Amino acid sequence: MTAKNPARLLIDTWRGRFGLTILAVALFVAVFGTAIAPYPPEASSLDVLQPPSFNHWLGTTESGADVFSQLLVGTRVSMLVGFAAAIISAVLGSAVGIASGYFGGWTDRILDALENWFLVIPTLPLMIVLARLLDPTLTVLIAVIGLTSWAGTGRIVRAQVLTLRERAFVERARALGAGDTYIIRTHILPNTLPLIFANTVLIIAVAILSEAALSFLGLGDPTRISWGTMLENAFNSGAPSAGAWWYVVPPGLAITVLVLGVSLLGFLYEEYINPRLREDG
Amino acid sequence: MSGRWLAGKVAAAILTLVFVVIFNFFLFRVMGDPTTQLARLPRATPEEITKLQAQYGLDKPLVGQFTDNVADTAKLDLGISQRSRRPVWDEIKDALPWTLLLVGTGTLIATLLGSWMGVIAATRRGQKSDDALLGFSLFTYASPEYWIGIILILVFAVWVPIFPSGLQMTPGVDFSSFLAEAADVAKHLVLPATAMTLMLLGQYFLIMRSSMVDVLTEDFITVKRATGMRWDRVVRRHAVPNALLPLVTLSAIQFGAVVGGAITIETIFSWPGLGELTFQAINDKDYPVLQGTFLIFSFGVILANLAADILYFYLDPRVQTK
Repeated sequence: MTAKNPARLLIDTWRGRFGLTILAVALFVAVFGTAIAPYPPEASSLDVLQPPSFNHWLGTTESGADVFSQLLVGTRVSMLVGFAAAIISAVLGSAVGIASGYFGGWTDRILDALENWFLVIPTLPLMIVLARLLDPTLTVLIAVIGLTSWAGTGRIVRAQVLTLRERAFVERARALGAGDTYIIRTHILPNTLPLIFANTVLIIAVAILSEAALSFLGLGDPTRISWGTMLENAFNSGAPSAGAWWYVVPPGLAITVLVLGVSLLGFLYEEYINPRLREDG
Repeated sequence: MSGRWLAGKVAAAILTLVFVVIFNFFLFRVMGDPTTQLARLPRATPEEITKLQAQYGLDKPLVGQFTDNVADTAKLDLGISQRSRRPVWDEIKDALPWTLLLVGTGTLIATLLGSWMGVIAATRRGQKSDDALLGFSLFTYASPEYWIGIILILVFAVWVPIFPSGLQMTPGVDFSSFLAEAADVAKHLVLPATAMTLMLLGQYFLIMRSSMVDVLTEDFITVKRATGMRWDRVVRRHAVPNALLPLVTLSAIQFGAVVGGAITIETIFSWPGLGELTFQAINDKDYPVLQGTFLIFSFGVILANLAADILYFYLDPRVQTK
């Protein structure tokens, strides 16, 4: 378990292999899902709420559409929202964290208060309010999730920058007349990047869950199928009380497995950069 | 010194509350401009719209509207629901006890069960039961709580119909006694509370496990063992009480997640709390209600954080000497 190279960890541990496999499959389906889906995802038919059969591997929806095809096509929204929102969150969180920790003083006080505020305010209600007011599209969902999930990253980056700022190599650079931009670019950022990366991986998982929850509550992009909207449609059409397990189990399980895979990779990388988190030597 | 620490925490909480009120006002005024909403009214003549604007105070400058809003909020006047035409505060007052019942039950069971599981796993580190518990908590961490809720409905209300699939009590029944009514509510509470418990369980378990693992390696445990005290007694009397502290902080951090879970789980089970109220407001674009529930949720989380800080202050003497 004392691998020096993070790539080795991906292959040597079961968590690495599991996470990597899930991510690879999800990426493939996100790109080619529409092409490999056996039916157009919204093609309705008279076979309403049919259990799995040879023609429909995961049965049909309340409008007779193919559940398996919807599941494949829905992967794209989850992956897109997850990654895009996490990137926004990473950029915002590291910008605020670095500015706050590096410049100190009033900049720090104001940014820290902002961070604290976002950490305390309950995230889902905040996302609901923003998504409702903006009328949800895919872009709005990505922006809303990204804008509400950066504070944790900001907090961790700030703490790291506070210690980096006092380190000898930064003081040396400053004594030699290096400007702030130069110091941030060559000394601060490279040394916080692993931390930012570890956090961002975990935020991908959070963003996937957030998109699903918002879509489930009717705040998804109405023009696109996602796992969240599948659950919304299943629930609204009474699939649970009709016993249509083939309609309600797959989208939730897909969310769970993807979130699990991404999180395991995140935890693994977190332990790699901070060996103190590692329990069993 | 300690008094100042406490005063600082209280001041920070009040400041956060103030920012919530400001944010809430400007967000809905700027992004969900009520004037454009009024203009969408069918068959409204320009004169009528002007009259309505005056009635709602929308003809005043923004700062005047804001001070009005603060004064109204302080008087618990949160406007009128567009759907039910009832005051938003009345809607919230009716819904709040149901949410507290659901959230309270779920949190209580999750804390007890989670810490018990944590103790089991920590004392059997690396064994099969530890792995199984870790795997289970990872799964509940990764799965959406409303999906778990739907699965619970499928299994325990449809396939094996032993629990009702929704609502807080059987509709249209005149209960002979309070006890009969309570029993009916309890029966309706089982599935939503289970979903809430499963959502929170993993976090409590993981924190208790790692806290126990830390405590078990400390010197005083080794000393106690050396005195010949029985191992289960060492765990129960000395390790567990010392490992419980991080759970206090966790329950505060969890509160934001609890609120999120209340929204989706209440939606699934038509449980008439604040979450269900929020869900209806989303569908009806009922902005006054949405604004009101957002305010209450934020207040709740801020107060819970403050309460946890104060509790921690009394439980952990190390904070007081800092």
